[in-house]
Amino acid sequence: MKKQVGLLYSLPQILWLLVFFAAPLCIIIVYSFLKKGLYGGVEPQFSLEAYTALANPNILLVTWRTLKISIIATALTLLIALPCGYSIARSKNQAARLFLVIVPFWTNFLVRIYAWIAILGNEGFLNDILRALHLTTESVQFLYNQTAVILVLVYMYLPYAILPLFSTIDKFDFTLLDAARDLGASRFQSYVRVLLPNIKSGLMTAGLFTFVPIFGAYAVPLLIGGKDSYMLGNIIADQLTKTRNWPLASSISMTVTILTTGLVFLIAMRKPREQKQVFDADPAFLQAVPAGKR
Amino acid sequence: MKGADVDILGVSKFFGSFQALNNINLSISKGEFFSLLGPSGCGKTTVLRLIGGFEDPDSGSIAIEGKNVVGLPPDKRHCNTVFQSYALFPHLNVFENVAFPLRIRKVPQQLVREKVIHYLALVQLETHALKKPSQLSGGQRQRVAIARALINEPSILLLDEPLSALDAKLRQHMLMELDAIHDKVGITFVYVTHDQQEALSVSDRIAVMNMGEVLQIGTPRQIYENPATEFVARFIGETNVFNLKIISIDGTRIYGETEGLGPLSVEDETEANPGERVLATIRPEKIRISTDIPNTNGGHINILHGYVAEPIYSGFQTKYVVQLDTGMMVTVYRQHANWSEGIPDIEWKDEVYLSFSAADMVIVEMHKQ
Repeated sequence: MKKQVGLLYSLPQILWLLVFFAAPLCIIIVYSFLKKGLYGGVEPQFSLEAYTALANPNILLVTWRTLKISIIATALTLLIALPCGYSIARSKNQAARLFLVIVPFWTNFLVRIYAWIAILGNEGFLNDILRALHLTTESVQFLYNQTAVILVLVYMYLPYAILPLFSTIDKFDFTLLDAARDLGASRFQSYVRVLLPNIKSGLMTAGLFTFVPIFGAYAVPLLIGGKDSYMLGNIIADQLTKTRNWPLASSISMTVTILTTGLVFLIAMRKPREQKQVFDADPAFLQAVPAGKR
Repeated sequence: MKGADVDILGVSKFFGSFQALNNINLSISKGEFFSLLGPSGCGKTTVLRLIGGFEDPDSGSIAIEGKNVVGLPPDKRHCNTVFQSYALFPHLNVFENVAFPLRIRKVPQQLVREKVIHYLALVQLETHALKKPSQLSGGQRQRVAIARALINEPSILLLDEPLSALDAKLRQHMLMELDAIHDKVGITFVYVTHDQQEALSVSDRIAVMNMGEVLQIGTPRQIYENPATEFVARFIGETNVFNLKIISIDGTRIYGETEGLGPLSVEDETEANPGERVLATIRPEKIRISTDIPNTNGGHINILHGYVAEPIYSGFQTKYVVQLDTGMMVTVYRQHANWSEGIPDIEWKDEVYLSFSAADMVIVEMHKQ
């Protein structure tokens, strides 16, 4: 009886997942195995064409580039978010600082991208300053390249990395850093050898929260990027709206999904490395500890 | 002082507008078991953090082994700390926790193993080397923290209320073990505690602190038997304090008067003059209690009269709270050295006489308001 009641309680959630997650995913899977329609859509006929088309060097290049951009942007985001999260956690004024992290969310995503165009554009704010300082007479081309895309992606996803890092560091016992310094570690060593291993879970979460959405980025490379920063998200949109090859758009989507979930699984399944094994395998150590006491 | 390991001279420390330490002077000798004793918030932990290098003084100087260490970070000082919360690294097992200082110094693996096993053996934890700190009991964590602090062979070990998280029985046991470790390694221990029993039982010397000041430095016996101030007398053990108006002074014998109690005589030294007021204390165990008027011949014995307001039996002794005729409460301990003392047992509301020798009374400084 009780089990059925539990099922009943989870019904809204199950319905939600079915309608908004499972069903669309199924549609994409099915579409990816069908033949493309002449004017978009699909013909109800099995075909592996969409998957063989993935081997296209152009798609492989963009996949590689998407991976590269995502990894660089995620690494940079974590590198910036780590000191931010740390200083918020150690601050006496946590609420106010967290508020500042969240404030950008009040502005629409697209508006924030256009704000960057206003800053980085040829007639933009940054170029105005450079000209006013007589550092340049011509406009410097900041926009429409990979660097600009990475910059704006880092900006966009920084809060998603700061928040989980903050909440993990906030739970960290800072006397451990005192202890590390006391035992001879420099400030830097105390961070690397004591802080980082103890906030691993926060780093993982922050990494996933930034890597996964960046891997599927569409708007940022479209508006900020140029030819060299075309990402998988853009190919999917093009296949859907311009080339009207829905099966190919679906198979690329599947690639994105499989790559990102694969990564999540890898991280989740990763076994914590036990120091125990090192010593178990070490005969000298075993000798030192009498067998009866082990 | 020559041969001093830690020299603290005129140190003051502020946290914001709060003065944590006010002109502290301490000189701790090499190999000494030195305790900083005081109620919470008295500044004793701040002194320890100043020695350890976690804080810097606002004024004054701190020298370790004759070298000024002000401004030197903790990792550059030849002392190690046992933290109140132990501060073991949760991501490392016991072995790696103890090995941590050696790993930082990149000591070769063979030597690391030898030293870690040696120090784990010192605290009898060699069989727990592969456990994580979370798998250990409080007492075991404590011992890991001690081994980890000792492995760098510091000249000074700083202990910040290391036993406060343990239960009473275990605390007694760990205290003995600490004492044994101190004897074995022979380095200076600076021990912070608010527990006077702990401090009395293991220390070579004790500094009693209150409100950012050092009130008295001395051996446990000096501190207990000859407290310098009313605060020290009251904080260490229990005591009775009489407000005395001096009538006359004859060498070390002071004759005084307490309102309503009549004359009291005290054998001690004082700079006060006749007519002035001083405080005199007497420890509860130095007072004899009887239902008959005690025999006073052959000594300067003070006698007071009152009623038993509360007898508290605790097995090895009975504590009597006696209300004097003036209403003042005096505490008396009577040891049960013999199961049947020849005297009739003293009970609640009994009329009693208290007698104590003038030599057992001590003049103390008045508690600053």
